[in-house]
Amino acid sequence: MSAFKDARHLFRFAGLFVLAFLVFLVVRHYYVPKSFGQYGHYRGAAVGEIANLPVKFAGHQACEDCHTDVVAKKNTGKHAHVNCEACHGALASHADDPSTVKPVLPDTAVLCARCHTASAAKPKGFPQVEPAEHSQGLPCETCHNPHSPGMDAPATAAGGAK
Amino acid sequence: MSGVEGYMYPNEITLYWSVLIVLYPYITGLVAGAFILASLERVFRVEAVKPTYRLALLTALAFLLVAPLPLVLHLGHPFRSPEMYFTPHDTSAMAMFGYVYMWYLMAVLVFEIWLDYRREIVLLSQSSKGLLRLVYKVMTLGSSNISERSLAIDERVGWIVTLVGIPSAFLLHGYVGFIFGSLKANPWWSSPLMPVVFIFSAMVSGIAAVMLLYMALTRLRKQKIDMHCVDTIAMYMFYIFIIDFSLEMLDLIHRIYEADESFRSLNFMAHTKLFFSQIVLQICLGTIVPLILLFLTQVVKLPEIARKYMYVLSGSLALIGVLAMRWNVVIGGQLFSKSFLGYTTYKMALVTREGLLMAIGLTLLPLLFLWVLVKLLPPWPEKNASVAAD
Repeated sequence: MSAFKDARHLFRFAGLFVLAFLVFLVVRHYYVPKSFGQYGHYRGAAVGEIANLPVKFAGHQACEDCHTDVVAKKNTGKHAHVNCEACHGALASHADDPSTVKPVLPDTAVLCARCHTASAAKPKGFPQVEPAEHSQGLPCETCHNPHSPGMDAPATAAGGAK
Repeated sequence: MSGVEGYMYPNEITLYWSVLIVLYPYITGLVAGAFILASLERVFRVEAVKPTYRLALLTALAFLLVAPLPLVLHLGHPFRSPEMYFTPHDTSAMAMFGYVYMWYLMAVLVFEIWLDYRREIVLLSQSSKGLLRLVYKVMTLGSSNISERSLAIDERVGWIVTLVGIPSAFLLHGYVGFIFGSLKANPWWSSPLMPVVFIFSAMVSGIAAVMLLYMALTRLRKQKIDMHCVDTIAMYMFYIFIIDFSLEMLDLIHRIYEADESFRSLNFMAHTKLFFSQIVLQICLGTIVPLILLFLTQVVKLPEIARKYMYVLSGSLALIGVLAMRWNVVIGGQLFSKSFLGYTTYKMALVTREGLLMAIGLTLLPLLFLWVLVKLLPPWPEKNASVAAD
């Protein structure tokens, strides 16, 4: 009995552990969402919530219905398979209400550089330039039509663009 | 692109694991190493190192408190960190870290320090005044029983805790090596030797840190350094250093002999981008020089003052060498491309969240914690004597 008395402080320390564990369990109970683990290691309810979010992209079919001339031009060049909204941004709101929602035209000096800035990691056949050397800050559309960017003149003459 | 040579895959150009991820294994390594030094006295009964026993425990605790900070700063969402505990993924090694860390912090270090200091805490709770008295009162957990029998029980339980603590320290730091060693996509890291090398280098750095702290603090207190203690620590550091060096060389020779498809790329890196940090700092200055110095102290009868200087120099170099090793693992492993045809550059920022100043701050923060701990729980025998006299 005396051994138990002399070891009582150890039980107090152990009690702290038990208390901390109980607090952990209580906090976990309230903190972890109920649907966590329903389908996998994530909150199951998130699937429904995300599915209910308003659609932001219209899809290229919506663009083609109205902008037939642009689509025709695009189909002649290397950007034929680039989706309209890849450059113009998500435009479901414009497709829903074309007269009120007018999309802002992208700045080609910034936009084109995102894909076409030279990088050793890009395949050799991919057209890539050092924008500062290639255009001296001029917007790309000064020389290129973004919807069909190829030029009649040989690309190398313009500083490496293909 | 500036800083990139040859062919890099796009996701390899920027280094995501910064200098803070270098610090993280370094700091946990110091914890594990300091604890192993403490266990020398407690479990293996190496009485000579007794003067450093408590300091080693407090050092381990001070560094352990800072260990997760580099990760939290790197990830940048501190409020999400509890989720690692609440919803751990069974395939995540990092999730396991949370539990290993908490186990090591509470069930090993805090418990062992509490047991070891309980007598002093009770006495201080009676002799001190004001807020400090309250702090000590809380630390007694309401028990002022310091009978001979209860202290004998503490001693026995403390021994068991240290015994459990040794594999826990190995687990804590071995897992850090495991995280790197198990990344099969990266040939610089992917090696089953990685956890073992991490543990032994951790022991070297932790022992060196406690030895230097003991020497510095004893000098600051204008006390005489117990040379028998420091000689013994240096001897153990020397032995463990030899094992560590052998393992690192084994890994190196194995890579050179195996010469798999990554070898040319890694070899090129060791001769260029990592030449200074790996060949000069880690292997020559951080390993061979301290090993020679420690070897000399073991085989030549040197005067005390010479041994002191040699221990300080070899300890400091060992700490730099182990930090360089962590740098070479973490940063080195991200400098080359999986294509083995390209290399990128790590440019450390200065004042950003993951910059140099933050790294220096995180290295100094454990020393601040240690200062508070030493003030609160003095590890010095004469202080204990005065407490007992009170």
